[in-house]
Amino acid sequence: MEITVQHVVFIILSAVALVGAIGVVALRNLFRAALALVLSFVGVAGLYVLLEAELLAMVQILVYVGAISILIIFAIMLTRNLMDPEYKAANEQWLGGLLAAAALFGILVFILLQVSWPVQVTDMPPGAIEALGQGLVSPNFYLLPFEVASVLLLVALVGAVIIAREL
Amino acid sequence: MEWITNFWVTFGDWVAGVLAGWGLPPSGVDLVADIVGVIILLLLGVTAVIVFTPMERKVIARMQDRPGPNRVPLYGTIIAFADAIKMLTKEDIVPTRADKLLHVLGPILVVIPAVLVFAVLPFGPRLVGQQLNVGILYVVAIAGMHVIAIVVAAWGSNNKFALISGFRVVNQLLAYEVPLILSILAVVLLTGTMNLVEIVERQVVPFAVVMPVAALVYTIGGLAEANRSPVDLIEADSEMVAGYLVEYSGMKFAMFFIAEYVTMFAVGIVASTLFLGGWKFFGLEDLLPVLRPVIVFAKAAFIIFLMLWFRATFPRLRFDQLIEFAWKFLVPISLVNLLVVAVVVKIPLADPVTEPYIRAAILFVLNVVMIAVAFLMVRRAAITSPRAPALKRIAAVEK
Amino acid sequence: MLSDYNFIGIFVVVAIAFPFIALGFAWLLRPKKPNPVKTDTYECGLQTIGETWVRFRAQYWIYALVFVVFDIEAVFLFPWAVAYINIDAWVLALIEVALFIGILTLGLVYAWRKGALRWQ
Repeated sequence: MEITVQHVVFIILSAVALVGAIGVVALRNLFRAALALVLSFVGVAGLYVLLEAELLAMVQILVYVGAISILIIFAIMLTRNLMDPEYKAANEQWLGGLLAAAALFGILVFILLQVSWPVQVTDMPPGAIEALGQGLVSPNFYLLPFEVASVLLLVALVGAVIIAREL
Repeated sequence: MEWITNFWVTFGDWVAGVLAGWGLPPSGVDLVADIVGVIILLLLGVTAVIVFTPMERKVIARMQDRPGPNRVPLYGTIIAFADAIKMLTKEDIVPTRADKLLHVLGPILVVIPAVLVFAVLPFGPRLVGQQLNVGILYVVAIAGMHVIAIVVAAWGSNNKFALISGFRVVNQLLAYEVPLILSILAVVLLTGTMNLVEIVERQVVPFAVVMPVAALVYTIGGLAEANRSPVDLIEADSEMVAGYLVEYSGMKFAMFFIAEYVTMFAVGIVASTLFLGGWKFFGLEDLLPVLRPVIVFAKAAFIIFLMLWFRATFPRLRFDQLIEFAWKFLVPISLVNLLVVAVVVKIPLADPVTEPYIRAAILFVLNVVMIAVAFLMVRRAAITSPRAPALKRIAAVEK
Repeated sequence: MLSDYNFIGIFVVVAIAFPFIALGFAWLLRPKKPNPVKTDTYECGLQTIGETWVRFRAQYWIYALVFVVFDIEAVFLFPWAVAYINIDAWVLALIEVALFIGILTLGLVYAWRKGALRWQ
């Protein structure tokens, strides 16, 4: 197989995403772990660009890097004693966590190997974003998921208000 | 005379021709052209710092009735070079208790998104780093990343002022980003594209006239994004000694400084692209295409002048005021504006020549109505608010 | 088109290199004479007392969540905004999107009514 620029870029971006992901679980300092998560998100956004899913890549940066990570960093700032040097990054339930993670990994590997993925190599059609926009409001395509998404977001919002009011 | 009126494009084609003549393959020509383009855009951003720092100091000084920088030659206009030499040779102080890695990482991270935005900003139909189908979304997404850099700097400094500033920068993001995106969404809805070049081309009447609401919301959001007064809560030099910048000196400080001015310039260019018609100026752009980038710069400079004017005029908002203003005023009015645009854009109009003007007139009238209603509602809320008696007393004293 | 991103990729590399070059240049030029007073944490001339890491009000968490929800809403609306101008059945498309925005605005109104958007 010939090695192209695309392969090299793919390897670099994957490495960024993986290093970030390892950093999230391995770093002792919680704030640094959150930053490693940002790095991982950026790497994934790069992979989306490589897959020609440019809208998804921008959404990844806007929502995950720009909002979700900020939310996590914000949570760290709002939590008492997290930066205490005495504070332990791991807790007593690490064994359970390990088992759960291993089980999830096993299930995912099993599914990956079992399902025959309908892979098709074609070029990205032009106007994909417009097609998506039409699909979102067309009853034949994604109208129901689109509206259900808004209800889901509403539930999250109301739940957050109720929980945060009690703090 | 064709070559001189369309100088930039002709020049670019000529350079590409010379490179191809040297036996470079087309991909090699593209690569060289890309690298040259990147360096030009980067230098453009840095030039903004050299131009806009003296401009800021002079303009603010004039508004405050004092001369401003006047010791360096040329009426103090080259003060930026003196600043640059000072920054370069100044000692770098890292506090003992700081998180050393994060302290360095902050200034590095803050510059990267600031300059990356320039990759898609258009200065002419072909004078653009790269046209992207998701152009404007790219600008918003990349520009939003500077918040992380500031939080990193604030956290790494291990200073109470810095940490409060890091908290405020997140609050500021929570306040401005959604109104900013919604105002941009109105432009996308009206043009049907996210490509910045196409947005300019489909903009017959400048959108600042068509949709004053969106333009106003974008301006406020842009001020907050560039951390300019009156929404410079995170610096707030009179409250918390410049916040996240307090433990920085020398070149690291200069990085934040560069990022701020580059962002300001980018906000000016984006605002002129979205709302002032980009490189268009009453047909001058077709008469002399060589002036297109100049027109964009002039419009951006006008926006920046407005920003300086705001700074000299308005007192800083408190951050609960900012966040309440954003969510109780800017977001609702932007959402209403979005729905109004969605209706008006579909009104059937037959004549293709007058069609954009009629639509613009309808939208303008509706926008004015929207602003009037919004202000009446705010007025009513102010009168019926429990804080009204205190406000009345203040008003009486001021009379 | 993937080739659109060649330029962005080069720009990313140069943009990352830029601060390193600038800081490296300054590193060559600047003096380095630290002393304990100079590198002490700045606090208007006083010694700092206690930990820097103070806890902030958890109330602002609500804003963060409202922000994320509306960010995602806006992201959903972008493809719609691009496609809308060419949709023929626009009344339906508009009603659907108005419903989408309306449901989320309900959440904003709820938070507002509950006084969650108010600093106390």
